[in-house]
Amino acid sequence: MGTTEKIREIAAGLLRDGKVDVVIGYGPGTLPLRSTPLFARTVEEAERLIWDATCGNNLAVYLPGRKDRVGIVVKGCDSRAVVQLIHENQIAREQVFLIGVPCAGIVDRRQVEAAVEREIKLAREEGPELVVEGDGWSRRFHKEEVLYGACRTCRHNNPVLYDALAAEPLPSRNGGPTLVEVWEKKPAEERRNFILSEMARCIRCYACRNACPLCYCTECFVDCSTPRWLGRATDAGENLFFQIGRVFHVAGRCVACGACGRACPMDLKLGLLLGKMNKDVLELFGHEAGLNPEVPPALNAFRPDDPETFLLGK
Amino acid sequence: MRGVIIRKERVNDFLNALRAGYLLYAPVRTQAGPVFAPVNGATEWPWPAGNTLKSAKEVFLPQTETLFTYRTAPDGVQIEEARVEGQRVLLGVRPCDARSLTMLDKVFAGEGVRDPYYTARREKTVVLGLACNEPCATCFCTSLGGSPFGTDGCDLLWVDLGDRCLVRVVTEKGKALVEGRPEFEPAGDADLAAAQRLEEGALGRMGTVAVQGVKEKLDRLFADPLWDRVYEKCLGCGTCTYLCPTCHCFDLTDEVVDGVGIRLRTWDACMYPLFTLHASGHNPRPTPKERFRQRIMHKFKYFVDNFRETACVGCGRCIRYCPVNIDIRSVLAEISAR
Repeated sequence: MGTTEKIREIAAGLLRDGKVDVVIGYGPGTLPLRSTPLFARTVEEAERLIWDATCGNNLAVYLPGRKDRVGIVVKGCDSRAVVQLIHENQIAREQVFLIGVPCAGIVDRRQVEAAVEREIKLAREEGPELVVEGDGWSRRFHKEEVLYGACRTCRHNNPVLYDALAAEPLPSRNGGPTLVEVWEKKPAEERRNFILSEMARCIRCYACRNACPLCYCTECFVDCSTPRWLGRATDAGENLFFQIGRVFHVAGRCVACGACGRACPMDLKLGLLLGKMNKDVLELFGHEAGLNPEVPPALNAFRPDDPETFLLGK
Repeated sequence: MRGVIIRKERVNDFLNALRAGYLLYAPVRTQAGPVFAPVNGATEWPWPAGNTLKSAKEVFLPQTETLFTYRTAPDGVQIEEARVEGQRVLLGVRPCDARSLTMLDKVFAGEGVRDPYYTARREKTVVLGLACNEPCATCFCTSLGGSPFGTDGCDLLWVDLGDRCLVRVVTEKGKALVEGRPEFEPAGDADLAAAQRLEEGALGRMGTVAVQGVKEKLDRLFADPLWDRVYEKCLGCGTCTYLCPTCHCFDLTDEVVDGVGIRLRTWDACMYPLFTLHASGHNPRPTPKERFRQRIMHKFKYFVDNFRETACVGCGRCIRYCPVNIDIRSVLAEISAR
């Protein structure tokens, strides 16, 4: 049985038995290389659920504050977001049924589009390959070649928490140098200029914030009007203030799913900023968010014997 | 006028001549996609295929705009109004975007209200349309009264014929730009026939969306259960509205630093909770459901009520760039099915 069929079977069972009110998974998108979140409330609707290498949205974004019982399809990174949301009391463990999907990586449609430089009319997967077609042409890629950067070095591709698995676990990737590790070796001037040019492109649509499962504040600091922390002008300075504010606000909480960067219409490389923060948190606190339901988040833990080297020096 | 012909190797001569009197804006390639930007050096001809990532509206209604500055002085408050300077030529505008300008005109330069900043930019800009020989799969302009070869909102419409362009003259403003210029020659019958074939080919490839009757349906659908499900996956970001050529809502704020104030106009979006938050704390559109409904209602009902026109030109940007693939065509189909 394929992963898609298994997801449908689990979802249909949950709905038939009344164990959940809704199953949140992926349905077919209306464009090539796109899937779309699907909220199934009946067995018939569950028949439309799919799984493929375009299922990139982190569906945990729909969980905070829900009152109903939810079945949800989770990749490794998504499951980490759920763990983090449980830690933060945004959803109760017993409220969610996690349909885990071991993930081989999500295809970055922008890379594919850039490589073919023509409009893609059809896309399909054939085993490890991706076939895209347009008017009178077709091209084959190894999916590995066109994965999102974060997926290529993902070490947590199997769900860390689940109630059912829709496929056998996959071998974990050994990581390799992440984009951050490569990037942070560049000269400071080059990094600074890169960040500023990225920020100049930002249109502050807040797709990054809204796609992030951990950005669930009832009132985001950028929307606060008394006092107003952030100016309304869209320029590199204000945009940087917003992005850095967001990065710091998810420090020790970011699960490195990459949803922010995928959502960005301007293709800002937000994963670099967040990846750098995650690396610092790992080095300073030995913590990666959402990996273990038993381990509290880095900034939620207090140890009286904490050396606090950042305050007092080494 | 039948139109004139310019050979492609002469396009840059023409544009260089324009530079003497105009600032040129054209689609410029960026990492994420082409956007309109001033082109001072070499032009980017040929213009990119498809449409720009951001629409042409920002050339007339910038995302951030200073309306005036003010400061306190011994003799009272001094106000300095921002001026819209210079004549401009906007190149490579697709017919859907050009048509959207005629809709923005109704809001900002119509009967009753004349926004001086927008109006000045419109008056000082010549719009050079570029016909779509190859519409995208997400295009549906013809369903909304537009056309891949439409001239609404254009002063000139350029049709790419391969080694040459046919330039259709639409307005006097456009005519003044090409009249007497040595780069142009009269169009021959073969040129007109070639353009005709391209137009028919483009029309044949257009996607269609049934929008007939949507307005009448929406008139009675405000409280329909439809909205309970259709918005559900919406993240509530502003990508669709910010990239949309007809969305035009804005915010006015004052930024004051060291006694100098700036009155700013910035894009705003009905998808944000702050958009309708009252000073009392009450929000008449408290959840993403009401906000999603507002966006659809404004385009397909309220704008029709106000201006007898649908505020969507079928450019497909919201379909292409929505982070969760909400497809306005599917939403319209659901409305039609009610």
